[in-house]
Amino acid sequence: MKKLLLAISLLALTAPAVSADPIADRKALMKANGKAIGQLVAITKGEAPFDAAVVLAALQTLNDDAQNLDVAVLFPAGSDKGDTTASPKIWEDMAGFQAKADKFRTDAAATLAAPPADADGVKATVGAIGANCGGCHETFRIKKG
Amino acid sequence: MGFFDKLAIGVAAMAGAAAVAGWVLSAPQRLDEVTVASLGTGDAARGERIFWAGGCTSCHAKPGSQGEDRLQLAGGVQLKTPFGIFVAPNISQDPADGIGNWSVGDLANAMLKGVSPDGSHFYPAFPYASYARMKSADIADLFAYMKTLPAVPGKAAGHQLSFPFNIRRGLGLWKLLYLSDQPVVSFPEGTDEKILAGRYLVEGPGHCGECHTPRDFIGGPEKSQWLAGAVAAEGQGNVPNITGGEGGIDGWSAGDIAYLLESGFTPDFDSVGGSMVEVQKNMARLAQEDRAAIAAYLKAVPPHANGYPARGQAVGQ
Repeated sequence: MKKLLLAISLLALTAPAVSADPIADRKALMKANGKAIGQLVAITKGEAPFDAAVVLAALQTLNDDAQNLDVAVLFPAGSDKGDTTASPKIWEDMAGFQAKADKFRTDAAATLAAPPADADGVKATVGAIGANCGGCHETFRIKKG
Repeated sequence: MGFFDKLAIGVAAMAGAAAVAGWVLSAPQRLDEVTVASLGTGDAARGERIFWAGGCTSCHAKPGSQGEDRLQLAGGVQLKTPFGIFVAPNISQDPADGIGNWSVGDLANAMLKGVSPDGSHFYPAFPYASYARMKSADIADLFAYMKTLPAVPGKAAGHQLSFPFNIRRGLGLWKLLYLSDQPVVSFPEGTDEKILAGRYLVEGPGHCGECHTPRDFIGGPEKSQWLAGAVAAEGQGNVPNITGGEGGIDGWSAGDIAYLLESGFTPDFDSVGGSMVEVQKNMARLAQEDRAAIAAYLKAVPPHANGYPARGQAVGQ
């Protein structure tokens, strides 16, 4: 009985968190991604100097966001309704959507593990991580503007 | 013969005349022989630029292919529109299933006149209404480049269209209304060459107006709302307004526009989505000066407010 209780309480602890407002949460996450990418792009354009600390912080943000991009929490069933540009295809093809999220997670972690050493390297990084943005928005977002 | 008999004969004669006129007017028009003969041998290296500017792979590459596989032009992409489903054909160099047997004149007639080698109309889902503004020398270069691409066997499926759009001959009348080799936006004499170069790329090979301009009920572009954005003719949602009008990109610099075409990022570091993802990859293959020319033109076009309903008011969303 004790074991069962323990198992139940463990399950409760490891069960995915539930977001009160998944649409707002996922928008905030995407905004933070955009801001971090913007800091990297400024370096590639020569608008800001190469600063290893700034680069690392941006890559850290991207990686944190990627690891936090829990599809079940941020895109629960029913969250296609409301002020969102999420495509119904997310819920029609959850496996495909999950695969995109997984790729972003892998790429963000790999980039953080081996950060670029100069502006040219940052450009390659932006290309590699940035491909995930369009790669997912191509299928899973609807422009409503 | 009584009055009503005469009237009936008159009406029948007029209807017959209208049918004959419609038949004559709807006949596929090819390029004249002088133009075809002057096409000559193109340059494959120059043609590669036209190939990417024209966005051929967006519809004709195998669906879902990546990298070098994009050059396998087997077709198969489906465009689901209010008129029915259009399926992009195989335009690889396969002689039977693709266009490996086409002459340079066949390609020019297809792109500039929307007419197939067997003399029938193509549907304007193939954006010849834009390609019609291209220079014939660019078609010859494109032809030379396409000859360097692989032959891929396998015919794509046919279109599935509803009546009356399944009657190809009717497209002749559509062409009378919408097919023109003249620029959409006219600029005064002495306009910067860069803007004019951008106009050529946007209105011609780039065929940007095909998605970014609203269409009327028979699918013709509403040129009074050129590039004002539109309810997506294919897929869901809206295609953005790329003029400087309300809801558009007035706040963007020419550099912002060129950078979006290069990288896929907007000035606030959102990314492009939908079918623009593939378009942007094509644009990234162009020279910086071509992207700068496109940007210069977009900054110079007449501003229009959004060519689609405000969010929340759209029908069926």
